[in-house]
Amino acid sequence: MSAHAEVHVPVGGRLMTRPFVALLAVALAGAVAAAVRFLNGIGAVSNLSNGYPWGIWIAIDVVVGTAIGCGGYAVGIVVYVLNKGRYHPLVRPAVLTSLLGYGLAVVAVVVDLGRFWGLWKVPIYVWRWSHSPQLEVALCVATYTLVLLVELSPVLFEKLAAGASSGLRRTAEKGLSLVERNFVWVLALGLLLPTMHQSSLGTMMLLPGPRMHPLWLTPWLPLLFLVNAILMGFAVVTLEATFSSAAFGRPRETAMLGSLSRIAGWTAVGWSVFRVIEVAAAGKLGQIRGASGIAFLAEVLLPLVGAAILLAGATRTRAAWQVRGAIVLFLGTALHRVDTYLVAFTPGPAFSYFPAVPELLITFGIIAAEVAIYIAVVKTFPILQGPAPAKATY
Amino acid sequence: MAMDRRSLIKTLAAGGAAVAAGATTATAALRKTAPPGAMGMLYDTSLCIGCKTCVVACKQANDMPADTTAGGGLWDAPNDLNSKTKNIIKLYREGERQSYVKQQCMHCVDPGCASACMLHSLQKDKVTGVVMYDPAYCVGCRYCQMACPFNVPKFEFEKAAPKIVKCELCRHRIKDAAAKGPGGFTRYPKGQGPACCEVCPRDAVIYGRRDELLAEAKRRIAAWPGKYHKDRVYGEFDAGGTQVLYLSHVPFDKIGLPDLGDKPVPETAYTVQEGIYYKVPFAAPVGLFAVLAAVIYRNKRAESVGAAERGGQP
Repeated sequence: MSAHAEVHVPVGGRLMTRPFVALLAVALAGAVAAAVRFLNGIGAVSNLSNGYPWGIWIAIDVVVGTAIGCGGYAVGIVVYVLNKGRYHPLVRPAVLTSLLGYGLAVVAVVVDLGRFWGLWKVPIYVWRWSHSPQLEVALCVATYTLVLLVELSPVLFEKLAAGASSGLRRTAEKGLSLVERNFVWVLALGLLLPTMHQSSLGTMMLLPGPRMHPLWLTPWLPLLFLVNAILMGFAVVTLEATFSSAAFGRPRETAMLGSLSRIAGWTAVGWSVFRVIEVAAAGKLGQIRGASGIAFLAEVLLPLVGAAILLAGATRTRAAWQVRGAIVLFLGTALHRVDTYLVAFTPGPAFSYFPAVPELLITFGIIAAEVAIYIAVVKTFPILQGPAPAKATY
Repeated sequence: MAMDRRSLIKTLAAGGAAVAAGATTATAALRKTAPPGAMGMLYDTSLCIGCKTCVVACKQANDMPADTTAGGGLWDAPNDLNSKTKNIIKLYREGERQSYVKQQCMHCVDPGCASACMLHSLQKDKVTGVVMYDPAYCVGCRYCQMACPFNVPKFEFEKAAPKIVKCELCRHRIKDAAAKGPGGFTRYPKGQGPACCEVCPRDAVIYGRRDELLAEAKRRIAAWPGKYHKDRVYGEFDAGGTQVLYLSHVPFDKIGLPDLGDKPVPETAYTVQEGIYYKVPFAAPVGLFAVLAAVIYRNKRAESVGAAERGGQP
């Protein structure tokens, strides 16, 4: 039995608290709306149209949702590639958040796909594969979700290994050693796949080129999306770690997050500077006007503000400011994704789009389910580090 | 350690440079040309009288339902291409100047929709160049709709089992029964070409081989200089070329034919995608995987025995 079983412990405590029930209620409302969608079609619950075929399900649930799931990717790069082992306690909760982000993005995709029952053909019908960037995204996201499951499987094995049944215990220990033996290539795959599909998510929006606002139409979109995903990953890890310590009375990781903030802050500065230089070099500075101009400035300035908070010596080491910095960084980076997939796409004056209520319910339901499952899992499985205190209120 | 990190960064930088170089060389990739047997239509705004017979004929030939939304539930009156309408006549009017315009799939030489499609559910016929739809491989992702600059593919949002709806140049009617007509112009027997072209009382829209239609369009421009906008055929080179060609007596952008330049719609996206993944097939991802695995392996081994105990959990 390796040492980390004593380090990672379930939080425990009552599951059906009031906030948890509220989350379940929101998720249920989303499920009802989704049921209507499956019975009566996408038009019955959404404002999607032939002008705006993609709305918040794609822009928020899938494109932002998978980037929320990049916490595992971002921390994985720091811990295993840059070899900074001290961030290790952040890995497991980050991988859980990643699995939830990707798992629920897959759910959102099934809601959004008009002919979802044909989805199984995509990985199977190799002879029909095109060079569409979306195919790359689809295959990579599906594979990565499986990789995340494998990466998180020690959690289940540890739980089973601590159980009563000796047969289960043996199986669990076998599973644990299997994962440990294949650790290197599974992890390498876990870092390769997000690099591929997060950049391809940027490539995807090059195809609607003629109808894209020039500020968002650049062949550098794949690189912008890749770095943006890493930034979102850092922001989410900070938020999730702080939330866990506040909600479950865990020891705070403030010092660790403070030094992680330096990496995140400088990466954010680099992203925004590159974004502006690219626009300037392409001679598109004149396009920064009107509502689109404001959207552009917001997605450039918000990461800079977040970076300033995360980098300033006075604020970096304080938990409250770390959270504020992470929230600003999160909003800025998420905005870039929503801008690219919704705001920058202009199908002409005949069309307009604002999500319908049931459409919003499905998105909210998915987010609520994500938080609810996170809470349920950290309470029952060994995800977070440190001794479990009795007071678990959420 | 510092040396190691520097060498790692060097390795990653070299990989990045290789990918960038791949992307640049892919830019030089040859542009697609229309297949030798490319079929198409030629529409001339100056001949169309807006009778909409083609709209009715299209609905009959394709077994499409009536769109009665604008007709008060009584008659078929579509106001745009939609999930029940593959072909439509619209009116542009500005002061004295007016023009009808027919809209349907342009059957691009290098179509954005087909480039977007994951399993070639939308693809070009290798002989005729018709952009065909096969729902068997369609997952309903609607990326084709995002990718089409002419806003042509439509989706059945109202159905639980929806399909994409678009003009397929009546390919279900076409049989190989063409014969050379007068002037070397290939003629097609009745019932074996697009319904819209067959019923047009003014021959405002005609069906035929793309090369012959292009020659006919240029003949008209030569015969009546100044009559047509910019004395040019829309679709000869626009967006990499389309198989449906337009002659217009009003500016093209007024009748919904955007200025797309000569670059095929998918070119930028494909230059990037091909450059990274297919130029040297899968070299970039496989190479990155090898580098990552090597670095992780080395880092893991460098850890002390005590730390290695803690490892194993990814």
